Amino acid sequence: MADAAFLALSVITIGSAIAALELRSLVYGSIALMGTLGGIAGFFILLDSPFVAMFQLAVYVGSIAVLILFTVMLVKRELIFKKVEDKRRKFVGIALMLVFMVALGAVILDSGIKQITTDEPAVDFREIGDDFLTYYWPALILMGLILSGAVTGALVLARRVDEENGQRVN
Amino acid sequence: MANELTEFILVSVALLGIGIYGLSVKRNAIRMLFAIEIVINAANLNMVAFGRFLPHSGGQTLALFSIAIAAAEVAVGLSLIIVAYRMYHNIDIADFRSLKG
Repeated sequence: MADAAFLALSVITIGSAIAALELRSLVYGSIALMGTLGGIAGFFILLDSPFVAMFQLAVYVGSIAVLILFTVMLVKRELIFKKVEDKRRKFVGIALMLVFMVALGAVILDSGIKQITTDEPAVDFREIGDDFLTYYWPALILMGLILSGAVTGALVLARRVDEENGQRVN
Repeated sequence: MANELTEFILVSVALLGIGIYGLSVKRNAIRMLFAIEIVINAANLNMVAFGRFLPHSGGQTLALFSIAIAAAEVAVGLSLIIVAYRMYHNIDIADFRSLKG
């Protein structure tokens, strides 16, 4: 049976996920998204993986959420509060979401996943380090290249050309 | 473990449903990025939950890779949104009709 911490975390996570999509202001929406990401970090701690939880806090709450917040601030004020959506499309979207949740939830509750329980100790984070440096080392190097490529690409994309004399300025 | 695997997976299904709702209904580019983030986080939660209950270190390792790749994806996505905003002065994806602006 679920304990109190789990219930509180799931209310925070799911509630702020809905708030992130439905709040009128994008600034508050991105702060609510921070709540979702922090709630997921809490789930990671409940799952005995503190290393992933700290990584989640550092990468998601620390950098991605702040990056989104700054992008939102770069956008014009009216656009932040403007909410364009079809009423009919919204109802169809909610119906799609409910059908999806009920169907997938029924499949999961009916499957044999319920019988998976464990009394074994959690995976030590030293084991993750071993994995990274032995079996997954090509993937680790590739990930570093992808990250540097993505950051360089983002900088190149966001650069602006000065119309007057054709020079590139930042 | 006090909590069962099924409970974690149900939370993940709920987050995935919310993300799909956001992707299908919202027309604001930044909100769609929020929805993508929520879906990615649901997937990470799933991986770590299965990795804990099997128990196997692969779940956490893959989740770490996924978080790092998601960071790269957000950086590129946000700069694409900024470029599109500069071209169209709007972030409504219905306005992004041609790539040339």
